[in-house]
Amino acid sequence: MVDLEQVFRDRQMVEALLERLMDKLSGPLSFMEVCGTHTMSIFRHGIRTLLPPDIRLVSGPGCPVCVTSQTDIDRMVGLSEIHGVVVATFGDLMRVPGTAGSLSDARARGASVEIVYSPAEALNLAGSKPSSQVVFLSVGFETTAPVVAATVLEAQARGIENFSIYCCNKLMPPALHALFQDEELEISGLLCPGHVSSIIGAKAYEGLCARFSMPCVITGFEPVDILTGLYHLTCQASEGKAFVENVYHRAVPQDGNKRALALMEKVFEPTDAHWRGLGTIDKSGLELREEFSAFDVQRRFEIEVKDSQQPKGCICGKIIRAKALPTDCALFAKACTPTKPVGPCMVSSEGTCSAYYKYGSYEEQ
Amino acid sequence: MKVLEVQGEQDDFLNPPTALVEAQGTTLNARLDIVDRMPEPGDYVIVHAGFAIHTLSSEDAHKSLELFKDLAQHG
Repeated sequence: MVDLEQVFRDRQMVEALLERLMDKLSGPLSFMEVCGTHTMSIFRHGIRTLLPPDIRLVSGPGCPVCVTSQTDIDRMVGLSEIHGVVVATFGDLMRVPGTAGSLSDARARGASVEIVYSPAEALNLAGSKPSSQVVFLSVGFETTAPVVAATVLEAQARGIENFSIYCCNKLMPPALHALFQDEELEISGLLCPGHVSSIIGAKAYEGLCARFSMPCVITGFEPVDILTGLYHLTCQASEGKAFVENVYHRAVPQDGNKRALALMEKVFEPTDAHWRGLGTIDKSGLELREEFSAFDVQRRFEIEVKDSQQPKGCICGKIIRAKALPTDCALFAKACTPTKPVGPCMVSSEGTCSAYYKYGSYEEQ
Repeated sequence: MKVLEVQGEQDDFLNPPTALVEAQGTTLNARLDIVDRMPEPGDYVIVHAGFAIHTLSSEDAHKSLELFKDLAQHG
């Protein structure tokens, strides 16, 4: 029996793909990986160290916790401090510093904050605590939104009234359109996110690719997947071509996951959203449709936040826009570390600063 | 993760369908509400936040692998 995980990590295949890539390379190229899971996988497998100096990899706005605005973080912390509210959250959000501390700090002060692996777990928590209001902090891209949609439909079917969501879900294509309008951004091609693409499909990048003449390759997360993706980006960029290429066929259909998209469409509608580092982008977020508004926490509680402040000296916004590297930040690995993070990119397991710190890239520079 | 057992039907939001899945000795129950195709035991699923989002067969994975091998050998 072939171990499918191991064969996609095969050293000989990686070396052969690297040679093919070098054959095609004719000058300096910069590729952006947009998915936080790609960022971590590239570091974890040491792929940056294998690549020739002419290939530069930069990270884009693909970490959902990192792009959540400071105002939203402050509102989440404020929400957790309302008497009778139990906040349920993915673990990554716990230590993101807000203006007056993090969710973790709020919990230390007595707030009820529970870490959950899934929104379904948050719903079960609501079922088991009928006298509390359980609020799920819904952060994530198109991969997470259908999961939350299914949970809202289940809450409705089960008649669970003490469950609601704080909706910060965001959409990737509008953010990429906004990002690439920056003419100073020198990117030769885009390594498109894997799991987001499983939901939205390969065709979702066609508009972006055509508008910005941007080579787009969708690939998976194992070293062989990533090297294959980089090879195809190198071919397109070196030959002056730009089209959408899907080399993650085993997980990404052309039209995406129609069932998940239909559930998303049923429960949510697009709305303008504020992204850390990118500002407000038209129709780049999701809100609950009117028929599901009973599950919108903002209909249940007034959450007032005054004077949200960015952490002093933190350049996470620039890092998210690919205008700076973690090593450009005066705080990096000094005042800002995984044990005492100043900005969200150091907190999240998918954050660029966290990856640079954990895998020691800063030592090489 | 590899699918070991499947229970329930899609569109039943009161009793959502689930699969017992396993990877590297860890098992969990993944929800199947949003998966693109209902898996069968022996298939693989990509799981996100407790929900399977995509079903793939080992044939799908082997096809990808053959393409990558060809690319690695011949460019």
